[in-house]
Amino acid sequence: MALSRLSHRGVGSTLLRPFSARPISSDATLTIETSVPFTAHNCDPPSRDVATSAPELLTFFRDMALMRRMEIAADSLYKAKLIRGFCHLYDGQEAVAVGMEAGITKRDCIITAYRDHCTFLGRGGTLLEVFAELMGRREGCSKGKGGSMHFYKKESGFYGGHGIVGAQIPLGCGLAFAQKYSKDEAVTFALYGDGAANQGQLFEALNIAALWDLPAILVCENNHYGMGTAEWRAAKSPAYYKRGDYVPGLKVDGMDVLAVKQACKFAKEHALKNGPLILEMDTYRYHGHSMSDPGSTYRTRDEISGVRQERDPIERVRKLLLTHDIAAEKELKDIEKEIRKEVDEAIAKAKESPMPDPSDLFTNVYVKGYGVEVLISSNYTALEFYRRMDIFS
Amino acid sequence: MLTKFGRWVSLVPKRGFSTSTSFQKGASEEGVKSMNLCSAINQALHIALDTDPRSYVFGEDVSFGGVFRCTNGLADQFGKKRVFNTPLCEQGIVGFGIGLAAMGNQAIAEIQFADYIFPAFDQAITDQFCFQIVNEAAKFRYRSGNQFNCGGLTIRTPYGAVGHGGHYHSQSPEAFFCHVPGIKVVIPRSPRQAKGLLLSCIRDPNPIVFFEPKWLYRLAVEEVPEDDYMLPLSEAEVIRQGSDITLVGWGAQLSTMEQACLDAEKEGISCELIDLKTLIPWDKETVEASVKKTGRLLVSHEAPITGGFGAEISASIVERCFSRLEAPVARVCGLDTPFPLVFEPFYMPTKNKILDAIKSTVNY
Repeated sequence: MALSRLSHRGVGSTLLRPFSARPISSDATLTIETSVPFTAHNCDPPSRDVATSAPELLTFFRDMALMRRMEIAADSLYKAKLIRGFCHLYDGQEAVAVGMEAGITKRDCIITAYRDHCTFLGRGGTLLEVFAELMGRREGCSKGKGGSMHFYKKESGFYGGHGIVGAQIPLGCGLAFAQKYSKDEAVTFALYGDGAANQGQLFEALNIAALWDLPAILVCENNHYGMGTAEWRAAKSPAYYKRGDYVPGLKVDGMDVLAVKQACKFAKEHALKNGPLILEMDTYRYHGHSMSDPGSTYRTRDEISGVRQERDPIERVRKLLLTHDIAAEKELKDIEKEIRKEVDEAIAKAKESPMPDPSDLFTNVYVKGYGVEVLISSNYTALEFYRRMDIFS
Repeated sequence: MLTKFGRWVSLVPKRGFSTSTSFQKGASEEGVKSMNLCSAINQALHIALDTDPRSYVFGEDVSFGGVFRCTNGLADQFGKKRVFNTPLCEQGIVGFGIGLAAMGNQAIAEIQFADYIFPAFDQAITDQFCFQIVNEAAKFRYRSGNQFNCGGLTIRTPYGAVGHGGHYHSQSPEAFFCHVPGIKVVIPRSPRQAKGLLLSCIRDPNPIVFFEPKWLYRLAVEEVPEDDYMLPLSEAEVIRQGSDITLVGWGAQLSTMEQACLDAEKEGISCELIDLKTLIPWDKETVEASVKKTGRLLVSHEAPITGGFGAEISASIVERCFSRLEAPVARVCGLDTPFPLVFEPFYMPTKNKILDAIKSTVNY
């Protein structure tokens, strides 16, 4: 919900207007059962009945559709060579980013790996910041210096955006330590994939987090393939929610946004009281691992289309909206049309954003004014280099 | 500013690869095939697996061919028991390789990008490999009084810029490993070199980190003998004779340096270009002989200048050739910044930077 408020101010309200005339009051609480029961390890699972409302469901639909559209647009931009470098798309996994935000607040922190575009949007980032960063422009969320894998949003507790598999997990536990120490009553969600679940540093961080009862929630976004290797080829036990042994865990249908919301709410309460918890989100990425992976060599096209037909997170919410008579088919189509336009506009604007100034190459390496000058070569100082840049490169 | 930046970007020199005249002789020979660096590596791995039944190839996604397709077809030919995927855990990969090598096997491990090698650092350096390599791999023989070693271990890893790799797919971490006695560091410049050097590394009784210039995987094509051959380690090669200044480099940087040599020649400066090939233990004699002849030295690498291996070469040559030097040693290297994404063209030690340094050194 916060996402719509922050990034599409005004649009949400116009969308909701038609529904106030409907028999269901937009504020009435709905109770919807999760697709499958939660599976718990060393803890009592939360209830399958999730409280929601018509506006919340509509927001879920809109936010996830926006993320989907954004990632598909990024795919085209990459193919047009407007985005360079490495690029990992999130389409298919939207319910995790959206459901998580619905269960927590912006005082809670999130840290993730390189598949970070949608998580950033969920934290209140804008489409312009996303596309500008992807294309290395000044208006990007990291001023064009980070690129696809390095999105950050400090004011809403989004700590990035990390390129090395699994390296963000210990960092997340550090964030949680700081939260506990300063009695913030807030928690950290550290996200990682099923590939990273086999990294040693996960277990080192988990031990520390459990030892000191840190409010850290380790979220394994299990999309079933670590790059091109299926989970069962890489993990002796692909039951990632159980792999914390002494740390409780919960397996969640990561394609069901309501289940994710319920689980994250539960996890936050648990972590504040009892310390760390592992959430395994059973999800799926439609794209390949990165732009150089067609995503079809290690899994069948039938498998992908099967997930699209039966488990797609957006279609699930669409169905809920229709069956509960919250919105008509056409209204949802209109929302999607509007999203398309919004994405196109953001891209156009991002293209107009200038490249960073070449002098930015030397900024942010060290803190200014502490006597550190970047050494350029044995022959030139930074100043000389900058003056002669056009000759050198 | 936008257009200015765009122009700079378009001025990034295209990379070829460095071919010495002696290589071109092979073009007409039989049993020689034109191939790129990726195929040359693939062929070396085929030969290694074929000639030694106790050799193994493993790493992330390697049984499907790996991200760069260097291991294509190996699993089909030699079976999944000898060519296999590992979980995504670099420390585990190298540690496992050390164990495998300690039992007398040839363990050929792939780390998908050199940027990911740091979790394995401890393993390699210990026994002659990084953490695994630095603390396990590099010191295994020494601390066991030669009872054990992991000499059969070879770690292959792609390094260096690729045009748009950004922070974590472009780094050149070779200098970290050069600080660790017990391991060897080898970097080839071309397909023919890559095949011969990789086979030497696999068969050398010491643990080795073999850095592959990923920019050249597809770009560098030359005639490569199809048979089983090895090129000596710790032997530098003078790939271009000259009399005014000595240039030392390795890997992909040599092609850039060669272009600078050609441009300098037009201005009447005769450059001698040396491919170091093995960084530790390195061939000081060849470099020393050349510098004693030319009286000047320029070292160039992509890694940041401070603490780069160029510093070591520079210090050693000053020690050995002090009285013969006619100018300070020049270093043209990557900048002391994290490897940038959009600023890559500025970061790189380009042809013009090298040419500029050649001129100022010669006119010192």
